[in-house]
Amino acid sequence: MVPEELRYTKEHEWLRLEGSNLARVGITHYAQSELGDVVYVDLPEPGDRVKAGGSFAVVESVKAVSDIYSPVDGRIVEVNKDLENRPELINEDPYGQGWIALIEMDDPRAFEEQLTAAEYREHIGEA
Amino acid sequence: MDYIPTTPEQRDHMLRTIGVDSVEELFADIPETLRLKRRLDLPQGMTEAELLRHMRELAGKNRHLDELVCFAGGGAYDHIVPAAVRTVISRSEFYTSYTPYQAEITQGVLQTIFEYQTLICQLTGMDVANASLYDGASAAAEGMIITCAHTGRSRVLVAETCHPEYRQVVETYLRHQGIAVDTVPAREGVIDLEALDERLENDVAGLLVQHPNFFGHLEPVREAGETVHAAGGLFVVSVDPISLGLLAPPGSYGADVAVGEGQSLGNHLSFGGPYLGFLAVREELVRRIPGRIVGETVDAQGRRGYVLTLQTREQHIRRERATSNICTNQALNALAASAYLALIGKEGLQEVARLSFQKAHYLASRLEESSKVRRPWQQPYFKEFVIETDLPATELQSRLVQEGFVAGPAFSQVGLAPETALIVCATEARTKREIDRFVEAVTHATGR
Amino acid sequence: MFEATPLLFESGAPGRKGFAFPPCDVPETSIHEAIPPEFLREEPAPLPELSELEVIRHYVRLSRKNYAVDVGIYPLGSCTMKYNPKVNEEAADLPGFKRLHPYQPEETVQGALELMYHLERFLCEIAGLDRASLQPSAGAHGELLGLMLIKAYHASRGEEGRDEILIPDSAHGTNPASAAMCGYKVVEIPSDERGGMDVKEVKRRVGPKTAGLMLTNPNTLGLFDENIAAIAQAVHDAGGLLYYDGANANAILGISRPGDMGFDIVHFNLHKTFSTPHGGGGPGAGPIAVTKELAPFLPAPTVERRPDGSFYLERHRPQAVGRIRSFYGNFGVLVRAYAYIRAHGPEGLRRVSEHAVLHANYLMRRLAPYFDLPYDRHCKHEFVLSGKRQKQRGVRTTDIAKRLLDYGIHAPTIYFPLIVDEAIMIEPTETEPLEALDAFAEAMIQIAQEVERDPETVKSAPHRTPVGRLDEARAARRPVLRWRPPAEDTAATQER
Repeated sequence: MVPEELRYTKEHEWLRLEGSNLARVGITHYAQSELGDVVYVDLPEPGDRVKAGGSFAVVESVKAVSDIYSPVDGRIVEVNKDLENRPELINEDPYGQGWIALIEMDDPRAFEEQLTAAEYREHIGEA
Repeated sequence: MDYIPTTPEQRDHMLRTIGVDSVEELFADIPETLRLKRRLDLPQGMTEAELLRHMRELAGKNRHLDELVCFAGGGAYDHIVPAAVRTVISRSEFYTSYTPYQAEITQGVLQTIFEYQTLICQLTGMDVANASLYDGASAAAEGMIITCAHTGRSRVLVAETCHPEYRQVVETYLRHQGIAVDTVPAREGVIDLEALDERLENDVAGLLVQHPNFFGHLEPVREAGETVHAAGGLFVVSVDPISLGLLAPPGSYGADVAVGEGQSLGNHLSFGGPYLGFLAVREELVRRIPGRIVGETVDAQGRRGYVLTLQTREQHIRRERATSNICTNQALNALAASAYLALIGKEGLQEVARLSFQKAHYLASRLEESSKVRRPWQQPYFKEFVIETDLPATELQSRLVQEGFVAGPAFSQVGLAPETALIVCATEARTKREIDRFVEAVTHATGR
Repeated sequence: MFEATPLLFESGAPGRKGFAFPPCDVPETSIHEAIPPEFLREEPAPLPELSELEVIRHYVRLSRKNYAVDVGIYPLGSCTMKYNPKVNEEAADLPGFKRLHPYQPEETVQGALELMYHLERFLCEIAGLDRASLQPSAGAHGELLGLMLIKAYHASRGEEGRDEILIPDSAHGTNPASAAMCGYKVVEIPSDERGGMDVKEVKRRVGPKTAGLMLTNPNTLGLFDENIAAIAQAVHDAGGLLYYDGANANAILGISRPGDMGFDIVHFNLHKTFSTPHGGGGPGAGPIAVTKELAPFLPAPTVERRPDGSFYLERHRPQAVGRIRSFYGNFGVLVRAYAYIRAHGPEGLRRVSEHAVLHANYLMRRLAPYFDLPYDRHCKHEFVLSGKRQKQRGVRTTDIAKRLLDYGIHAPTIYFPLIVDEAIMIEPTETEPLEALDAFAEAMIQIAQEVERDPETVKSAPHRTPVGRLDEARAARRPVLRWRPPAEDTAATQER
C-alpha cells in the first residue's frame, strides 16, 4: 500500500505533485492503520503559511492525536473540507478522498527531496 | 483495625508461589538508607466502635445546622436535600465505582453523566456541558482559560463583584499561564459598565461576571455581554443554579460559557466540600472543554449506549497539550445534582427559586425595620444581600451563634471591607418563625 | 435483566413531581415589582417530571448495570481500587460534619478544624515532610498546586528563568498536563532498561533552566526507582526541586517516605491510598505535603492551633501562591481519610503496603507464564504485562480487556504506561482475598488460551454485558453529548 508515484516523509505523510509547484498531502495507509479510526481532523485555513517540519494539521483517532507536519515550505491553497464531516475518509481512502491539504511549494525542488516509495517501504519495514 | 483478608497460611502460599521466603524480600530494591527504621509516629489503630466514638466526639465539638439555624450564604447554601437523593448516591454500585473506563460494565455511571450534562444544558440554556469540575471557583477559572484558548488572547477581565475566593482562584490559575487578570470595579454593588468599557481593548479574551453576584445582586448581564462581544471577547457567566428557576438562563443573553457551583442541587454543605463545578458552552467551543464528557453511541447490534468521548482533549492522551490537567472530578456530587433535579422537576425548580426569593425579601423587609441595620445598596437581588451594623461583623456572628443562628460570611472572612458588613441569606428551608426570631436576635445583638 | 433504561427525559408525565417544597409562609413580594422583566426567565427550564418512585427505580436500575469495588475485584493499575470501609461513610454522614457551613464562626467548627489540623500532621508524618495543604480536590489539582509552589520558590530567590520540568516518559498524563497548565516546558526523560529513570539522562538534562522533576515512585511500571537518591541529588545540585506523584503511595506506607528519598513536595490521592470512595469519578482529594522551605507558599487558609488549644483558620499568608479552589478542600473526603488513618494506626498502614505488594507479586508470578513481562523483577503494588504475544495472534489488549468483562471482572488499566507495547497494568490492592486474586488469574489464563484456540471470541467480546462493544469512533465523529426532544433533534440534524 505504498503507491509508486508518490513521495513520502518519515512522519508518514505522502505528497503528490500536481502541476509544476503544487503538492497534495495526506497521511499514508500505514499511518492511518496505526492510528485507528480517525474521528476528527483539525484543518488549517487556505492562505496559511507552512514551514517544512512544522505542524499544520492534527488528526485524531479515538485514543491518539497525531500532528501532521508539512514536508515543504509553502502556502496552503486548499484544504479537504469533506474531512470535517467525514474524517473516516482518511481510513477508507488515504491516498484519494482522504487527502488533507494542497500546498503551493516555495521551491518545487523540495518535492524531489522527499522519500521515494522504495525508501518509505524500507522506513516502515516493508521492504 | 484493617481490611486485609489474607491469612498467615495464605501469605505463605503466596510467598512460595513468588519464590521468596519473606515479604521483606519484596522490598529489597528499596535502598537501606531510604527505609524507615521506626514505626510511623501516628496514634494507635482503633476498632470500628472505638473509631466511631472518637469521630462522634470530634463531630460533637462542632455546632451543626440542625442545632443552629442557617442564614449564611456566600457561595454555599442551606437548601433542602430530598431524602431520595441520599438513597441514590448511597448505592455502592455508584459510589465505589471509578471513572467509567470500561463502558460495557459501567453504563450506569455513564448514563447518569449523560443525563447530568443534559440537565445542566436545560438549566443554563447552553449547548454542551462536561461531566463536572472541582467546584464553582475552579470552573470559573477553567471557563476563562477557554476564552484565552479560543481567542488566542492573553488578558481577561473579572468583575469585582464576583465571589472574592473565585476571583483569587481565577487569578491564581491564569497568572501561572502568563495571562493577565484585570478587575472591573463595582459601582453601587454591581459591575461598572463604564469602567468595563474603558478596560476593553481588542486584547481581551473574556469577561467573567457572577449573576447574581457575591452581594446577591442581579448584574446587567445583557449589556456586559454585548460590550465584551463587541470587542471580540467571550462572555463567561457564573450562575447560581437555583436562581435559574426564576432568572433568564445564560444561553438566552449571549453567554459563551456558563459555569457555577452545583452544591445547592442536592449536596450537603459539608464545611465547603465536596461540591461540584458545572461548565457549559456554546456548540462552537466543544473541543475546548476541560475534563470528561460522555457521548451517546451504539453497540454492534445497534443498542444505545454511552461512552467517554472526545478524549483527545484530555491529559491522558494529549498530555502537555491537553485542555486541562483535570482527571478525577466530582461525579458523585454531579449524580446528587441530577437526582435532585429529577426529583424536584420542572415545577420544583420554579418553586424553590420563588420560595428562596420570597423568604429573602421578607427577611430584608423585617431587617429594614431595625434602626441598627443598614442595607448599603438597593439593587434587585435574589436570595441573599449585604447588611451593615455598628458591630464588627465577626462579633455580630458570634453573638448570633449564642442565640442559635449562623450568618455570613463577614466581609473580613473573605478579605473585603468594611468589617461591619456581612452577607445574610434565606432559602426555602427557612420558616417565617425562624426569620422572625433571627431578626429579633439581630436587633438584640446590635442593640446591646 | 439488562433491558435498556430510558433516559430521565423519556420518562414521567407532565405535572408529575418527586418532591414537594413547603408552602410559602411569609407575606409575598411581587416578583415583577422587585425584579425588572429582562432578568426573568420566559419559559421554565424543561426539566423532567417524575414521581419519587420513578426516580428511585431509574437509578437503582442503572446502578445494576454498573461495576464497582463492592461488586468485584477492580484491578485498575495506578487507581488503587481498594475496599472503602463503611464506617468512614457513617462518620462523614454525622450531622456534626455534614451539616456545617464553611463560613460558620470558628468557635462553632472546632471539631472540623481539629480534624484538619491532625490530618495535616498525619500526612506529613507519612510523607516525611513538614507542612501540608488540604485544599486540592484531586491528584492533578495537587500537582498543579505543587508546581505553583515550585514557581513561587524559585521566584523568591530571583530565579524566574527556571522554566523546565523534567518528567519520565512513563509518567501519568496529568504530570505533563499540570506542568503545562503552570506555564512550564516539559522535558521528557527516557526510562532505562530496568524500568527506572535514566540517571545519566537526568544528569545531562538538569541545569540552570530546571525548575523541578516530577516522579512517581514506585513508578507506573510498579517498580521502585532504586536510583532515586542519585536523581534527587542531581536535581538538587542543579537548583531544582523534586515533586512526588503519590498515585502509587499504597506501596510504601510506613516503609519508605518520599521526604527521606529527597522529595520536596508530595501529593497523596486520598481516594486511592486512604480508601475514600472513587464515586464513579470523584470526589477525591489530593493534599500536598512540603518541606519547611516551601511552607510559606502554601495557600491560605491554613489551620493553626493557639496556645490555649483552640484552632483557627490563618488567612494572612503574604507569600502564599493564591487559592486553587473555594473554601478549604473536599472536607467530606478528608473526614473519611482521617478515619481510615485512625483505624489503621502505624502498624495497620504498614500491613496495608506489605499486603498490597505481596498480592501484586503473587498475581504477577501466576500470570508471567502466559503473558510477556517486560520488566521481570519484584514489583511493588502493581505490575505491567504486555499483550505482545497475543497481538501476534491478531488479538489486541483492548480485546483481552473486553473479554475479561465476560468473566464478570473489571479490566486492568490498558495501554498505559505508554512505554510498554499493548500494556496491561494490574493493581490488585491489599483488600482482595486470595480467592478473588485466583479467580482473576484463572480468567486471564483462560483468555490467553482462548487467544490461541479461538481468537474470534476474544476479538468480538464482550458477549455477556448489558451492551456489546460500543462504537467509540462513532461517538467521537458525530458527538451526541446531550438528549434533545425528538423534534428539536431532527431540526438539529438537518442543520448539519
